[in-house]
Formats: sequence, C-alpha cells, structure tokens
Amino acid sequence: MFGKLTLSAIPYTNPIIMGAVAFMVICVIAVLGTITYFGKWKWLWTEWLTSVDHKKIGIMYLILAAIMLLRGFADAIMMRSQQALAYGSNMGYLPPGHFDQVFSAHGTIMIFFMAMPFIIGLMNCILPLQLGARDVAFPLMNNLSFWLTAAGAVLVNVSLAVGNFSRAGWLGFAPLSELHYSPGVGVDYWIWALQISGIGTTLTGVNFIATILKMRAPGMTLMRMPVFAWASLCTNILIVAAFPLLTVTLGLLTMDRYLGMHFFTNSLGGDPMMYINLIWIWGHPEVYILMLPLFGVYSEIVPTFSGKRLFGYTSMVYATMAIALLSLIVWLHHFFTMGNGADVNTFFGITTMIIAVPTGVKIFNWLLTMYRGRVRMETPMLWTIGFLITFTIGGMSGVLLAEPPADFVLHNSLFLVAHFHNVIIGGVVFGIFAGITYWAPKIFGFRLNERLGRASFWCWFIGFYVAFMPLYALGLMGATRRMDHYDVAAWHPLFIVAAIGAAIIFAGIILQVAQVVVSIRQREQTRDLTGDPWNGRTLEWAIPSPAPAYNFARIPVVRERDAFWDMKQRGVDLKSSTFVPIHMPRNKAAGFIIAGCAFVVAFAMIWHIWWLAITGLAGVLVTLIRHAFDDDRDYHLGADEVRRIEGLHGRVQARSM
Amino acid sequence: MKRNLWSRFCRFLPLPATLLLAGCHAALLDPKGPIGEAERSVLFTATGLMLIVVIPVIVLAIIIPWRYRASNTKAEYQPEWSHSNKIEAVMWSIPIAIVSILAVICWRTSHELDPFRPIPSTHKPVHIEAVAMDWKWLFIYPDQHIATINEIALPVGVPVVFHITSATVMNSFFIPRLGSQIYAMANMQTADNLVASVPGTYRGISANFSGGGFSGMTFKVKAMSESDYKQWLAKVASSTKTLDAQKYLELDRPSSNVPVTYYSHVNPDLFAQILMGKLAAGRSAVMAATAVTSGAETGTVRRD
Repeated sequence: MFGKLTLSAIPYTNPIIMGAVAFMVICVIAVLGTITYFGKWKWLWTEWLTSVDHKKIGIMYLILAAIMLLRGFADAIMMRSQQALAYGSNMGYLPPGHFDQVFSAHGTIMIFFMAMPFIIGLMNCILPLQLGARDVAFPLMNNLSFWLTAAGAVLVNVSLAVGNFSRAGWLGFAPLSELHYSPGVGVDYWIWALQISGIGTTLTGVNFIATILKMRAPGMTLMRMPVFAWASLCTNILIVAAFPLLTVTLGLLTMDRYLGMHFFTNSLGGDPMMYINLIWIWGHPEVYILMLPLFGVYSEIVPTFSGKRLFGYTSMVYATMAIALLSLIVWLHHFFTMGNGADVNTFFGITTMIIAVPTGVKIFNWLLTMYRGRVRMETPMLWTIGFLITFTIGGMSGVLLAEPPADFVLHNSLFLVAHFHNVIIGGVVFGIFAGITYWAPKIFGFRLNERLGRASFWCWFIGFYVAFMPLYALGLMGATRRMDHYDVAAWHPLFIVAAIGAAIIFAGIILQVAQVVVSIRQREQTRDLTGDPWNGRTLEWAIPSPAPAYNFARIPVVRERDAFWDMKQRGVDLKSSTFVPIHMPRNKAAGFIIAGCAFVVAFAMIWHIWWLAITGLAGVLVTLIRHAFDDDRDYHLGADEVRRIEGLHGRVQARSM
Repeated sequence: MKRNLWSRFCRFLPLPATLLLAGCHAALLDPKGPIGEAERSVLFTATGLMLIVVIPVIVLAIIIPWRYRASNTKAEYQPEWSHSNKIEAVMWSIPIAIVSILAVICWRTSHELDPFRPIPSTHKPVHIEAVAMDWKWLFIYPDQHIATINEIALPVGVPVVFHITSATVMNSFFIPRLGSQIYAMANMQTADNLVASVPGTYRGISANFSGGGFSGMTFKVKAMSESDYKQWLAKVASSTKTLDAQKYLELDRPSSNVPVTYYSHVNPDLFAQILMGKLAAGRSAVMAATAVTSGAETGTVRRD
C-alpha cells in the first residue's frame, strides 16, 4: 500500500535530525497558527498563493530563497564544526553517513533553492518594470514555475524527517548515485527535487526570454535595454539551453535506478564518465546562470550611486554575451584529471581562461564608471565594492585552476572549495544582497535599515575571508574536500579558524534577520513616497513604490539608454490626467494545484507508491485540461480605479479646463 | 636575460604566501619530486602573471570610490562621460595579453605534464598497479608478484608508472607531495607517471569522494634508497599472506582505515582480472545485507 514507506523511515533515534525536524515543525505550526489566528487564509490564497502578478511571485521567490539560505547555512555550520572537531582520536559528532548527507544537502540547497530563487525572484520583481511592461509574457506559467521550485524545496526538507537525503554530493556523480552503491531513497529525493524544480526553471527561462524580446516599451531597442535586462536575457537563454540537459541526465539516472537500465552503471556497458560529462555540460552554464544576473545588478547599482552613465555599455553587452557563449564550451575543466589527454585538456583550459577577458573588461567598466563620478557609499554600493575586491581574487584562483597541471594537484581540494565559494559568495551572494537593498523600496515600498545592513555587510565580508582563506591554505597543504575526519595535525588550527569565519558570517545573517524585522517595524519612517529614492536611471524608478498591480498607468516611450534619467533631464511630467482601462490577467489556482500534484507524484515515486504516483499524474492532467476550458482568464481594471490608485501616489494631474 | 629576470620576478611575487605556508607542511608548495616541482612552478608563474592585474584592480576598487566620494566636491565630475575608444582598447588588450601568455603556458605544460607521459630516465621504471576499493587501496607489484594494502615503497630517482583502476565507484589517486592525481574508474585503466627525488614517507589519498569510508582511504608512500627498496620488497615477499580470488572477494567488502597488509605470491594477472570485471562481487550484496540487518541504511562504517 505504501511502497517502501514504513514508520522506520523516520529517524527518531537520531537526536540531531529529530531536533532539526522538531524545530522545522514548530516553525511551520507557528506560521500556520498565526495565519489562522488572524484569519488570513482567504487573503493569502486569493492575493498571494494564486497570484499571477510578477511582483508578488518575485517576493515569494525571495522569501523561499531566504528560508533556504538559513537551512543551507545550518548545514554549513554543521560541516565547519565537524571538521574543526574531527581530528585524530576525535571523530566529531557527525558519523560519515550523516556528514555525507549534510554536504550533499548544503550544495543542492544553496545552488538550486537559495541562489536560483534569489536571482529568479529579483528578475521577477524588477525586469518587467525595467522594460516598461505590465507583466511577464505568461503570468500563470510564472506562478507555476514558482510553485514547482517550492515543491522541490519542500521535498528536500521532507527528506530530513522521512527517510534520508542523498550522500552522493550535490551533483550525484555516477556510479556512486546508482542503485548499486546508493540503494536507499536519498538519491531519489535528490533526483525528484531537482527534476521538479528544474522544469520550473526551464519554464521561467522561456517566460523571460519572451518577456524581454516581445514586451519592451516602445522605443526601447535592444541596445537601449538596461544591462540587468541584457544579463537576464543571456541567463535565460542559458537556462533554456542547459536545463533540458539536466532533465534528460536525471531522467537517464532515474531509468537506471527504477527500471534496471545501465546508462551510467559500472557494469553491462554503462558509462559513468558520460554522466559526469552530461551533468557538467549543464553544470557549467549553471554557474553563469547564477553569476550573469548579478553582473547586471552591479551594472545598475554602480551608475546610480556614482551619479554617472555606465562606462562602456556596448563592451558590457558584448562581454556578457561572450561569457554566455563561452560558458557552454568549458565544462571539461571540472575533470581534467579524468585522463582526457593533453590536447583535450588544453582546449578546455584555454576556453576557460578566455572567460577571464570579458570578465576583466566588466570589472574595468565598473571602476571607470565610478571614476569621475560622485560615489555615494550607501549599503548597495558597499556590497559592490566588497564584490569587486573579493570576486577579483576568486577569478584569479579560477584561472589558476584552469591550468590543467595546476588542477592536477588542486582538483577536488579545499582550494577548489575556497575558489567557488569565493566567486559564489563574493559574486552571487553579495550581488543578491546588493540588489535586494537597492530595489527594496521598489519591491516593498520602504528602505531597509541602513545601520544593520552595513553591520551585516562587514560581518559577511570579514567572515568570508576568515572562513575561506584557511581553505585555500588547506588545499595547498593537500587537504581534499568532503572529509568527515582527518589525521594531519597541521590542518587542525586552520579548520578551527575556518569555523570561526563561519561564525562571523552567522553573525552577519542574524543581523540581516534583525534588519528585516526592524525595517518592517520602522516602515512608516522609511517609506518611499517619491518612487525614486536613489535618483535612479531606469524605468522601474519612474513609477510609484511599491509598483501598482498594473505597473505603468501609461506605458512610457523610451528615447535613450537610461530611459528614466533621460525623462528627468527633459522634465517629463510623471503625472497624468487621462486614464484608460488596463487589461489584467486573473489570479488562478492551476499553478499551485499542478505543482502540488507534481509534489505528490515525486513523493510517491521516491517511496515506490505507484497508485499514488498515478493519481498525482492524473491530477496534473485533469488540472491542465480544466484550465484549458477556463475562459475567465482576464479582466479590465477600470479607468476610474486606475485614477484612484494613481491618486494615492499623487500621480494625478488636475485636468486643465 | 630578460626572460630570466621575468621568471625570477614571477618567482618572488608569491613569496610571502610561500613563507607563510612552508612552515606548516604545504605539500603542494614543498614537493618531493620533479613533477610536483613543475606543477608548483605553473602555480607560481600563473599567479604572478595574474597579480599584475589583480593587485592594481583591488587597489583601484578602494581608491576610486574614495577619491570620487560624493562629499569630495573638489573631485572632477563628468556625469555624461561613458565612452573612450582608447581606454576600451587598453581595457580589452590587457586581459587578452595575459590570457595569451597563460594559454601558451597551458598548451606547453599540459603536454609536458600529462600524467600518461612516461618520464625520461636512464633507469628502468617501476610498475605499480593501483586498485581503488571500498575504502582502501590495493597495490600490486606485478613484476615482483607481491601486493600491499595502503602502502607503497618506491626507489628514489626511479620513475614509477602507476596503472590505475577501481573495483568500485570513481576515486582519484593522489600523492600530493609527488604531483598529478588521476581518476581511478572501474573497467578502465588510467596511468600516472611520478618520481620521488627525496626519501621520506608521504601521504597518499583518494581525492574524489567515494562514500562512507572515504576519509579513511589514505595510504603511505615510502620513498627510499635502492637498497632499502630491495629490502622492503623482500619483506613483503616473505609475507605468509597470499591473495587469491577468494581472499580478494573478502577484501572487496567495504572497510575503512584498513591497516597496512602485505601479500606474497600474487598472481600477476590479478589487475587484469579486476579490470575486466571478472572478480566483481559488488558492494550491493554486502550493502543489501547491511540494510536488512540494521533496519535502515543509516548504518555507518565502523572505523576501528
């Protein structure tokens, strides 16, 4: 009846896991209880969960990502403390089977459920506004994308309480991830979580490409788009190019595990090397899918806070495109040590190094944008400077690893771990925080607390160096990654320093939580009434904060690159006297229901509960068909209602008689 | 002359880092063989070349925002200045120049230091067959008909050819002090050519995560004089333990932190048989048994 699922799947004998589960359950109950207490269920359902408004979906993405950041960071703290303890006769507190789940979960969560939702959330919140659009191209599909991602995230967390998670690393290298070596449900949890959320991400890619190419305001030619829009375009092209590969690779692994096939097994002609190639052909573009949008974010922040046009816009665009294309032909640098032969290694080594050229150009562009500007050191700018310094170091260690002979000794070492955290924390995470601080007034309607933001930046910045510089050193000392225990005395002090660094970053995260709480409580003082708190340059600052549901009461006409800056220079009046009805999409439950059914299918597949899987699949199909016959998809927001809303923001001009 | 100065310059750039780490056993910066030394020099040269850009960029990233801070109204302010062909030309050409040099180094050293490439020497190389198992290393000396677990000896100054495969999942054969690692994969054979130039005992590891007992999958590499090496061979050959197919299957069961073991009278075809998968017993049988007895697969490897 319940497949492999029995009560013994709940690891109630393990106090660490049960503690975490108890904490999770208490949090969920507290949230549900609060909603019930305030009677907000209907509001939550009609205004948020079923919303097709890109701004609300964006906020839900940001909330999901923030929660998963906390979960992923808890894993990080566990690893750092384990490695700080587990030297010599001390085995630490995590046995190998548990430690292996922790690092697999950390990587999976941080990439798929922290970084990805953060960047997709930012794109959702801002991109249509920057383009002068009223929504994304396919609003309901956007809602579905979010819920598929959320379903994947929930699945990863369910694995904590029911069964266990993968022990095969965040990329689940075959043959370790094959049934032969990982017989439990851990790898299945990993597969289905990525499979569901990956489909959501692919749909996002399609959605945003269509939005960027088809929904720009009149006059906004491609070369007048903000750089964030360009970077997002490149990212979404990469998503559409790369994510189907992940889907197929996971699909083949699924067939191996469920149907006894031999794509990647050791035996009967299976080829594990093929798995490693396929997963990295997706995996390397994924790195740039994460990084490029943040390059875009920095390219928005630097000109705004320097009060100056972005230096070398054309270079920036070409550099972004070049990086996107090159990212598709470098995957082999993840396994120079497979024995590919010198010619192959050289090819991929050189293509990898070439990426340093457009990246270097970007860094020069940002420096030259500040040059002869008037630089305001607000929090977003602080994160940006922190990025410039940190990312440059990370880029350097990256090019070093691109030299195959250097990689022969550094591959899989803690030097590598330090490198990718250097670029992901220094580049992606700093960029996310910079972007959220920068756009907070537009997204939420009020600024985030400045003092706590700065304090958090310093904790993250210093904490990063204290946590990861020792890992560079450890890598040079021959320490490899993923050890739950070691016996080299010289490594021990460095692991302790790294743990202290993680504690400093933890302080930064606590300060950020405090920042959110304080900012919400003080929102009346910091409310953005102008719509343009930073003296911005792009169209999102031309409308009130937070943006009304329809974004633009009147679609702007673009004449210049920094469209809003140009409008301010020309003295364009943002007030309007005539309003027209606006065509709006209606909120729909279909996305939530389909993703819910997909979750059921995944859970049933993991535990081999076949009847439930079939039921879930039927649910998906029925919902799709029902939606196809649903004609009530849109409505018109009346001109009077638009006038009323605009009036609240002081954007109505008295009609001159 | 110029080249010489240049390479000297490059060597000095990462000096502080070297000093900092030399004291604390930085295996990669204090290699004990020519392959490791050559790889260290790639590390230093590439780092030195990149620091030419990286240091100025970091300095500028601090100086420019300070110099042009909003409160410094004396600084020049050109809000519309956003393009200069000259500057852009320089901006693109500096990284192109450095990457070009790095690319040449990449081409040259990738070929010179290809792990499969035999090391030229007047000595006849020693052949050692290495098999990654769950979670220990089996080393076979086919010419001497001996085998060991988790220990190898090599004569100093004599090239060693490692023939590598795996009896289980993917691992990576790596002796940090000697240089180049290479993957160990089932049904496939890779090779690693290394040589030790200084006597000593070095750490060997698997550098690719392979499951629960991975951390305990270390081995000792003893680099010794020719005469000591002969003695070591004799000592192993005098072991009363032998390694036939039956014993091999026992060895194939997952175990970790396995003590050094010597075997004599080893069939020289053993490696070929493992490579062809003829001896595969499989972790699955053992794993399944463990899962049944422990109720769930939370059962972990005992490390005693």
